Amino acid sequence: MKLSFSAEDERFRQQVAQWLQDNLAGEFAKLKFRGGPGDEHSFPEERKRWEQKLAEGGWTCIGWPQEYGGRSCSIEQQVIFNEEYARAGAPGHVGHIGEGLAGPTLIAFGSSEQKKKYLPGIVAGTELWCQGYSEPGAGSDLANVKTKARFDDAKGKWIINGQKVWTSLAHEADYCFVIARTDPDSVAHKGLGFFLIKMDQPGVEVRGIQQITGTSEFNEVFFDDAECSADDIVGEPGEGWKVAMGLLGFERGVSTLGQQMQFQNELNDVIAIAKGNGAAGDPTIRQRLAKAHAELKIMRYNSMRMLSGQSSSNGSLQKEALIYKLFWATWHRSMGELAMDVLGPESQILDAAPYQLSRLQAMYMFVRSDTIYGGTNEIQKNIIAERGLGMPKEPRWN
Amino acid sequence: MEFSFTEEQQMIRDTAEAFLAEVSTSEAIRVAMATEQGYQTELWQRMCTELYWQAIHIPEAYGGLGLGYVELVAMLEQMGRYLLCSPFFSTVCLGANALLIAGSEEQKAKYLPRICEGQTATLAFSGVSAAKLGGDWSANSIDASWQKTATGYRLNGGYRYVLDGAHAELLIVAARADGSSGETGISLFVVDANEAGVERQSLPTMDQTRRQADIQLNDVELPQSARLGDEGTAWNSLQAIVDLANVALAAEQMGGSQQLLDMTVAYTQERQQFGRPISSFQAIKHKAAEMMTSVEVARSGVYYAACVAQEFLQQGELAVELPEAASIAKSYCSDAYFASAGEAMQMHGGVGFTWEYDVHLYFKRAKSSEHYLGNGAWHRERLAQLLLDENTESKAG
Repeated sequence: MKLSFSAEDERFRQQVAQWLQDNLAGEFAKLKFRGGPGDEHSFPEERKRWEQKLAEGGWTCIGWPQEYGGRSCSIEQQVIFNEEYARAGAPGHVGHIGEGLAGPTLIAFGSSEQKKKYLPGIVAGTELWCQGYSEPGAGSDLANVKTKARFDDAKGKWIINGQKVWTSLAHEADYCFVIARTDPDSVAHKGLGFFLIKMDQPGVEVRGIQQITGTSEFNEVFFDDAECSADDIVGEPGEGWKVAMGLLGFERGVSTLGQQMQFQNELNDVIAIAKGNGAAGDPTIRQRLAKAHAELKIMRYNSMRMLSGQSSSNGSLQKEALIYKLFWATWHRSMGELAMDVLGPESQILDAAPYQLSRLQAMYMFVRSDTIYGGTNEIQKNIIAERGLGMPKEPRWN
Repeated sequence: MEFSFTEEQQMIRDTAEAFLAEVSTSEAIRVAMATEQGYQTELWQRMCTELYWQAIHIPEAYGGLGLGYVELVAMLEQMGRYLLCSPFFSTVCLGANALLIAGSEEQKAKYLPRICEGQTATLAFSGVSAAKLGGDWSANSIDASWQKTATGYRLNGGYRYVLDGAHAELLIVAARADGSSGETGISLFVVDANEAGVERQSLPTMDQTRRQADIQLNDVELPQSARLGDEGTAWNSLQAIVDLANVALAAEQMGGSQQLLDMTVAYTQERQQFGRPISSFQAIKHKAAEMMTSVEVARSGVYYAACVAQEFLQQGELAVELPEAASIAKSYCSDAYFASAGEAMQMHGGVGFTWEYDVHLYFKRAKSSEHYLGNGAWHRERLAQLLLDENTESKAG
């Protein structure tokens, strides 16, 4: 075991930090610490420009292979980039679904035409993506997708009908990757296709969902005879589930270290408040702050294990990776509660009418979604028990 | 950055696992529990002569293997997992560490080779004061005192909760200058257990897999050369010794949690009720998933603390993180081990409440390890002081 970074990596860190310091200024200065979870609605236009600024500096898709426009950065360098990005308070990344999910899927499963058509826009930060998985009847039971894809021979195109929900960034995105049923008689994970759908067309309608925060990060997306060209299905019809699940393998913790720096920023804010209002002298608050601190540190060590174990993994998540979502989501939810309890009655007073929340108030509310999206805590526990411990699968109710 | 075992470390871990699975069986543990000293002497001797485990992190210059704390932790994890009854922890993680941290060149050259040859040792520092406030392992727990004499020192006072204290051959003891308080006036001494005036009494313990003792010093006369480190300023060294011990204890706790999880999953896969294995019930699966989550998180905390402990011994960059890393690991693992033990008992149902099944052995070890050297709340308060209080870095002790 070795914990330190190489001298070369430390030079890389300097380079990233310097670039961020030089560029997160002027028109972008106001974006500092904005656009994170619970605040994704703020400064959309400025953040899109910031995405392009990042691209100019060569700081998008740094982990992608060079042949696809990336930098082929090592895991360590990706970790460093994400840490410095969060440390500098650089804003929530509007391109993250393209960079982290759509792009890697295309690199792994896409045709060479699809790669040529879509990857450059992601790297340049000019084309944004969203993810069309969940549906009103397909939440935890993700495979219960009802959206249909029918191939119209006359048009030579796929025709998509159905509804997606909880689609982050749909209102900003240029494209959506969608799983839809290509075989109308199929059930569950069989008979699905993976489609790349242009958002700007008559058959696609996006409606924001107003959340408990009063803001709308998530959307509903309606497909009403939306069209998708014959070339824009990834893999064969019927292989959609395989492609969609392949995505899960791409999230192995690099970005989680950046996420943890955001958590650290939140914890630092709460500690400063606790010192200021005297809550830091309360024995139960001290216990909770110390626990939050200890567990955030361990979260980082756990990610380091995930990253170190990556090279030897065979595509299935290792144990430390399997538990990660449950652990961070639960931690973050507690963090929200702790923030309000440190603030005390002042936690109930808003920044402004009608419903303008402070950063910590928005965090407190938004974290309630952390234990729901991307697999609820309950689904995570099923997955851990079944894949991690070999316990029996949940029976289907027929 | 490579935060995983090297091939050699993995081999040490695997060897320990294979050996302990063979020698520390349920039957063997119960035989050891019934012995006076709490372990089978033949097994300890076999470990010392065939495997040389007690010498693992002692430098080669003193007859040791010269490996690091990560290797030691890899073994301790397995010892905790198989609930090994042995003076290993007290000898290596308390005695040898105390000599390594506080000993002079002469003292290390004199005593460490003896440990390599299989002599047992332990550390005694806290007295009955350690039970104040439900557990206080700061400098305030040191009750014994020293006075200067013409030839050296005279020690008086008592120690409690001393691991393997009734049978260890070599004692490292802490005492404070008569009339001193807090972190001042503390010195460390090495004392032969047979020294005149040393009275030792084994305490009956709830956890029968690890013995604790009371030690009374009655006018114990020691030469100058028995003092480890400087006179009256040994608190920092003692703190480091205790931090290293906490990292070691956390490794055992994490190993114990892993074993509880494995035992429990295996049991629930076999046990049938309502015509199905109880492992198919979500109420059981979710408890098991929570256990696995806490074990993996504990593992991340322990391995990191092991790396920090190694850097501390080599005076590396991360050495300054030792108090924090130790308290993070010990607080998390203490809570996780006990919670896992409780849930394991619940998931075993009635048989988990029997003497015959091993769950209670882990349940009892979990509580004794939790309360030794500070429970979760005590270590969190120590972290809170580092995090929240100004200029109190050593207040937690």
